[in-house]
Amino acid sequence: MLEIKNLHATVDDREILKGISLTINPGEVHAIMGPNGSGKSTLAGVLSGRDLYAVTEGEVLYEGKNLLEMPPEERAQEGLLLSFQYPVEIPGVSNIYFLKAALNAKRKHHGEPEMDAMDFLLLVKDKIKKVNLDEAMLHRSVNEGFSGGEKKRNEVFHLSVLEPKLAILDETDSGLDIDALRVVADNINALRDGKRSFLVITHYQRLLEYIVPDYVHVLVDGRIVRSGGKELALELEQTGYKFEQEAARA
Amino acid sequence: MTQAIANKVDYLQAFEPFNQQRSAIDSASLQSLRQRAAQRFQALGLPNRRLEAWKYTDVSLLARSSFERALPLSVSPEAIQPFVYDGCHQLVFVNGYWAPELSRVETLPAGCILGSLAEALQEHPDLVEPYLGKGASFEDHAFTALNTAFLEDGAFLYLLPGTVIEKPIHLLFISTAKDQATVSYPRNLLVAKAHSQATIIESYIGLEGSYFTCPVTEMVADENAVIDHYKIQREQLKAFHLATMQVQLGRNSSFSSLSIALGGALARTDLHANLDAEGIDCTLNGLYLVKDNQRVDHHIHVDHRKPHGTSRQLFKGLLDGTSQAVFSGKVYVHPKAQKTDAQQSNRNLLLSDDALVHTNPQLEIFADDVKCSHGATVGQLDKEAIFYLRSRGLDEVAARRLLTYGFASDVLEQIKISAVRDHLEQLLSTWLPA
Ligand SMILES: Nc1ncnc2c1ncn2[C@@H]1O[C@H](COP(=O)(O)OP(=O)(O)O)[C@@H](O)[C@H]1O
Ligand SMILES: [Mg+2]
Repeated sequence: MLEIKNLHATVDDREILKGISLTINPGEVHAIMGPNGSGKSTLAGVLSGRDLYAVTEGEVLYEGKNLLEMPPEERAQEGLLLSFQYPVEIPGVSNIYFLKAALNAKRKHHGEPEMDAMDFLLLVKDKIKKVNLDEAMLHRSVNEGFSGGEKKRNEVFHLSVLEPKLAILDETDSGLDIDALRVVADNINALRDGKRSFLVITHYQRLLEYIVPDYVHVLVDGRIVRSGGKELALELEQTGYKFEQEAARA
Repeated sequence: MTQAIANKVDYLQAFEPFNQQRSAIDSASLQSLRQRAAQRFQALGLPNRRLEAWKYTDVSLLARSSFERALPLSVSPEAIQPFVYDGCHQLVFVNGYWAPELSRVETLPAGCILGSLAEALQEHPDLVEPYLGKGASFEDHAFTALNTAFLEDGAFLYLLPGTVIEKPIHLLFISTAKDQATVSYPRNLLVAKAHSQATIIESYIGLEGSYFTCPVTEMVADENAVIDHYKIQREQLKAFHLATMQVQLGRNSSFSSLSIALGGALARTDLHANLDAEGIDCTLNGLYLVKDNQRVDHHIHVDHRKPHGTSRQLFKGLLDGTSQAVFSGKVYVHPKAQKTDAQQSNRNLLLSDDALVHTNPQLEIFADDVKCSHGATVGQLDKEAIFYLRSRGLDEVAARRLLTYGFASDVLEQIKISAVRDHLEQLLSTWLPA
């Protein structure tokens, strides 16, 4: 599904990603953990096509194709979606209108007709209920005036409507209370069908109790310093990232 | 015939023949009003950019062009069909003259007079003359003076106390010229006596040719009257439109105005609201859309003269190409106007690097117990927002269009007449850069 090979990326000529390699197969859930500033969001940004970053070395294959050559919308239409760490407020554009435009852009890309308006309405009403957001939020401007937790649940709502093949969740758990965290995890787990893959970026192992990963990677200073199974998350919870940070410096 | 001309005198060239032609028809007081206005224009001349109010509005093209006084040309019903709104009383004016054959006024409540000003001047001088020329002063305004000098026809609405008109009144001003460029001077007088209520739409549409529209609208809302006013300026791209709107507000009256402007060679609206009684509620909103080399200006003056007045202003602008816009909004709170609550905001979105906006919101406060705020922004589309939309699958053009639409949509959402709202939403969609 996704093959990252020796990826280096810079922001303003400062190297942030310093040689990342990672392979995600269909159906797998990979977690990336690491301290603040280690480059987790940068990795998510490079994969989703944010133009802030310059890739200086390495390559990324998505379903065998050169991902880095694709514009962001094509990545999305091909099934790679990012749940933002900081979802953007879009004044004057209703949530439902935006989502419909996004879904139809994807369908058009795949040569499918636009979705019937009534079917779409039923679909979004069902999905928004599942993330425990009020139906009225369909008609509010995207993320505008939403609380932190509502924004994160709205991101998950978008994913559940757009049904990505590869979902990247950038700290979707931060700012959520335990109930909201469960709701988010339930919705993500509902998307797990053995074919969809997930890259779950998180700071805490708490989320990984609910979304159980197949692999855990530790990102420190732009490098993956350790990889392991789900038990690695627990270990990190106890020891922190100190050991890994020192190893990275050495 | 008109020759190429280069100064103010020539706008008055048509005045003497016009004045003579009207002398047998019009009252002495009307003739005197015209005379005074013509003299005032003569003294003022076209405004130059040394005048504060005209600093950013360049009317030199008007000084260099020659416009003949427009005649009431005939226009087919098909030609105006795209600009008609269903469910309205409709009065059509071609080049400033009432066109009864295109108008369509349904049964009106008793207590309402609606028709042409020319007719009203003959039939109801007692209702017209106490108001005509009293609101829109031509002392310091050349174009109001010019309009008044050539005052002849336009719309007249008079609502007796307590009269409510439910259907909106659509005043449709069509400009059209043949080979010769022409100028027209529509003059509107809208009077809502105590506790009366009406919704009025003024549309300015251009069909063809090069022309100059110079309208003046005077409005009066007496005690507890409610006027909702919409102005839609959709002239030809090469047209000149220099308009004055003046509203005189009475105790506890409510006035709302929405100005939608699509610019032209030069399109300017001066709007003056006089809150000379207590408890008035005044909302002035606007949206201007300009591209290519168009110009659009709004000059708003809100005069809080008495206590407990509320005013709200929100003007938004979308500018593309090498277009330019001016927003100048003054809120003046007189010493007596305690407890005034005034807000003013102007927000502009520049869609190209070459578009330019001059924004100048001003508060002048001479009372101490007031709540006033103002602000202006000039910005571009948010890159983060564009990326957010693209990362969900919208291409860049679609993302930009959606964000631009979103910027303007809250102004259109305030339109209470669905036919007008739908039409303008459609207009905005087609206006957006592809
Ligand atoms: N837009 C930006 N401009 C400059 N530096 C940035 C930008 N975004 C991220 N960085 C820097 O890149 C590094 C990694 O940031 P980020 O990827 O956000 O880390 P994480 O998500 O792991 O907390 C940090 O040092 C951060 O300051
Ligand atoms: Mg981050």
